[in-house]
Amino acid sequence: MTTDHHNYFDDLVTAATSRLVGDEVLLANVTGERTDFIRLNQSEVRQAGTICQQRLTVDLIEGRRHVGGAIQLTGERSVDDARVTALLAQLREQRRLVGEDPFLLFNTELTSTERIERGMMPSPEAALADIRAAGQGRDLVGIFAAGDTFSGFANSLGQRNWFQSASFNLDWCFYLQADKAAKNLYAGFEWDDEAFASKVDWSARQLAALERDPVDLSPGEYRTYLAPRAMEELVVLMSAYGAFGIRAHETRQTPLLRMIADDASLSPLLNISEDTAGGVAPNFQSAGFIRPTQVPLITGGEYTDTLVSPRSAQEYGVETNGASNDEYPESLSIDVGSVPTTKVSEALDTGLFVGNLWYTNFSDKAACRATGMTRFATFWVEDGEIVAPVNALRFDDTAYHLLGDQLEGLTDEAEVLLDASTYVERSTMSSRLPGALIAAMRFTL
Amino acid sequence: MTELLIESSALEDRLRRALPADADYASARLVDERSEHLSVRNDQIEPIFNDFDSGVMISVWDQGGLGYAATADLSEAGLNAAVERASHWAKLTTGSMVTTDPPTDHPTGSYISPVEIDWETLPLNDRLELLQQQSRLLGTDDRIVDWKASLAKREVDQLFITSGGARIEQRFRFVYPHLRATANEGTNTQTRTFGANAFCGQGGVEVLGRYGFGDAATRISEQAVELLSAPNCPTGKMDLLLAPDQMVLQIHESIGHPLELDRILGDERNYAGTSFVTPDMFGTFQYGSELLNVTFDPTVPGQLASYGFDDDGTPAERQHLIENGVLKRGLGGAISQARSGLAGVANSRAVGWNRPPIDRMANLNVEPGNSTVAELIASIDHGVYLHTNNSWSIDDSRNKFQFGCEYGQRIENGEIVGTVRNPSYRGISRTFWRNLKGVADQDSFTVMGTPNCGKGELNQMIGTGHASPECLFADVEVFGGEL
Repeated sequence: MTTDHHNYFDDLVTAATSRLVGDEVLLANVTGERTDFIRLNQSEVRQAGTICQQRLTVDLIEGRRHVGGAIQLTGERSVDDARVTALLAQLREQRRLVGEDPFLLFNTELTSTERIERGMMPSPEAALADIRAAGQGRDLVGIFAAGDTFSGFANSLGQRNWFQSASFNLDWCFYLQADKAAKNLYAGFEWDDEAFASKVDWSARQLAALERDPVDLSPGEYRTYLAPRAMEELVVLMSAYGAFGIRAHETRQTPLLRMIADDASLSPLLNISEDTAGGVAPNFQSAGFIRPTQVPLITGGEYTDTLVSPRSAQEYGVETNGASNDEYPESLSIDVGSVPTTKVSEALDTGLFVGNLWYTNFSDKAACRATGMTRFATFWVEDGEIVAPVNALRFDDTAYHLLGDQLEGLTDEAEVLLDASTYVERSTMSSRLPGALIAAMRFTL
Repeated sequence: MTELLIESSALEDRLRRALPADADYASARLVDERSEHLSVRNDQIEPIFNDFDSGVMISVWDQGGLGYAATADLSEAGLNAAVERASHWAKLTTGSMVTTDPPTDHPTGSYISPVEIDWETLPLNDRLELLQQQSRLLGTDDRIVDWKASLAKREVDQLFITSGGARIEQRFRFVYPHLRATANEGTNTQTRTFGANAFCGQGGVEVLGRYGFGDAATRISEQAVELLSAPNCPTGKMDLLLAPDQMVLQIHESIGHPLELDRILGDERNYAGTSFVTPDMFGTFQYGSELLNVTFDPTVPGQLASYGFDDDGTPAERQHLIENGVLKRGLGGAISQARSGLAGVANSRAVGWNRPPIDRMANLNVEPGNSTVAELIASIDHGVYLHTNNSWSIDDSRNKFQFGCEYGQRIENGEIVGTVRNPSYRGISRTFWRNLKGVADQDSFTVMGTPNCGKGELNQMIGTGHASPECLFADVEVFGGEL
């Protein structure tokens, strides 16, 4: 694999452009990574290795007819040129069979950009030694992934966009027993021993709190604090089912249906936006459109705007705001509130402190009613003091309660949560979320 | 795009030369995938998408260490670099691995998906026309606000070789048909689909006929509209009859995942979760009623996760996991079996060339019983009959679950008396399966799959197979939606 991915991609697309026929337009995207990974269980290594991959996706357009395809690049120029040529020939052949696409839209106002975040990654030897040292005498389980990720856009019109960063992500738990664990994440662009030690200390303290005998709570409504990671699980669920995308709104499939078809609203405390400027995702999308720095989605609890892909822009007659095709937020942000972050236990007083939620899904999507489990560090708090960890509970409640009439406040600090997901490739998504104090949350099992 | 990589003797020679002769064990798993994705949404053909993906995963065991390296660069230099990297990781992890013993077997063999009607006998134009026909049938009512017909085919060729002489060649051919109709009135939106994503499998054009793809659109559309005016599902404890396209999910989440040995060993605790099943339960634990018989069966022709060998090279064979309700065996490949000392199956699988294998379900089937579906319905005084999963949630020990379905039917005094919307049910795995009181016979036994099971760190999304007849459960907590 070549190390200069940027120039390699540029050259590949330039060469492909020279082989286009007639009025053809080529849109090309590449995503890739060189990732070292170490998977651990009981502070020992389960699997470790290196993944090198770069995937080229193209859309071959003539007029309003077009067909797409993707290949894996090898980094060997002659092989990749041949693969691109063969792919384009196949797409050209298939294009004869399809009609004009009324929803085709790609950027023709050329805006080239480049953003490169150079990080300082630990060597595999150093990372393994540091992580195993942290796990000594403890049951550490999780994944360390580190290295370059990159994505680029180029078209035959001459636009070029490049985003590259070197980052690491250690997503781990210290386990006490059974399902009792302290979950933590250490991610960034430069490994810092002191910062890591601080994270380890925090987890160790939480582990100590988990040593108390757990309590079983009966189903019912409880005053609850949702930590930022728990909030993330809720907003990711809503996002995944189209809460913030125009297509789901227009087709009445959005979980926020009652906000557009009825007079429902969320709490006036709630301001949600797609904050590309504050995230770590590329600021361009696959048809070459540049994203605005921010798109307000919910303001004061009311629906404001949606993410609009180029395709939806054509279909619904509105402007695109550079959303991806699935109209899913990649840098979602919720404004902070006024609950002092350092005093959430006092603000909670008596109730549930939920560190993480897990496996959320909709029990009635049209009503934005969701269910899911508490996980990891969830505690029963009385008079502002942790009393005991709580065995896993199932909640089943609507967003109009949790983020609506039952939302008492949001913390005055937000956490930047880098997505640790590695499906297909390492994610560049993130969110910036405060914790939420909820007067009553419904638990059912 | 015409060259099949696994047929290249030059590439195979390069792979063999690259594997280190001085390591305790080394393997190369070459994967070459080709897929085509077609869809028609609201009667408009969406852009065709073709995907080609190929690369190799090298694994090296040496002196108790194990390292992986995945690369798409199949040149001699690229393969040598990957082997060097994997060997480096093996050295680095010596003395710190959860397991130290490499495989000892080096098998040879092959597997080919059974294909009755080659995919290419249905030309692209005809495939698109088929989808357009289905789309037109889906969108016939004004209340249908969004609809889609889609078809994907995927070909995966794998070659697995080891430094000890193993050679396993497997060629998979998959077909994934899908239909969806969404109806809306005001704040009520209802969606019906073609068995969620469960009606998929290995084969060619015949997969479409296997699941009645050409006959389903009108029914799906009509049922989506029907749900708009249906009452909410009743609330209370009652009998629950699950159709095969909901049993897929029930088996997957509350039998499959808890029996995975890597979860029991703790590998997944940071992500997918652990299990309420502990090693001492195997051989004695009453997982379900005596009617419950569950097999791991990678030999079912045409099922989504049928294969000849797993991705560590272990020959695959049918095994009973639960027999007459008693837990017999877990879902773990050779490495998990060695670590746990428990019996397992050949289910060490990777989603592609760029991920190392982990314990997965493959085909996990509930074996048919002796009742007809009509007999099961007739036996219900008060209950519901639920079809097609649309919501799933379960705790990380795979105990407390809540599942929702697209379409429900109320049963009173042995007869179906009406349709209900937003049906859900919740329970605890072991109690639920012990309340299994009826299993339908071979006539309703449906072979299906789940194309998108997520698990693992690094994350992997893989297809699993599930087959089941209708099953009847007693005393289940059932409920409906908000309004």
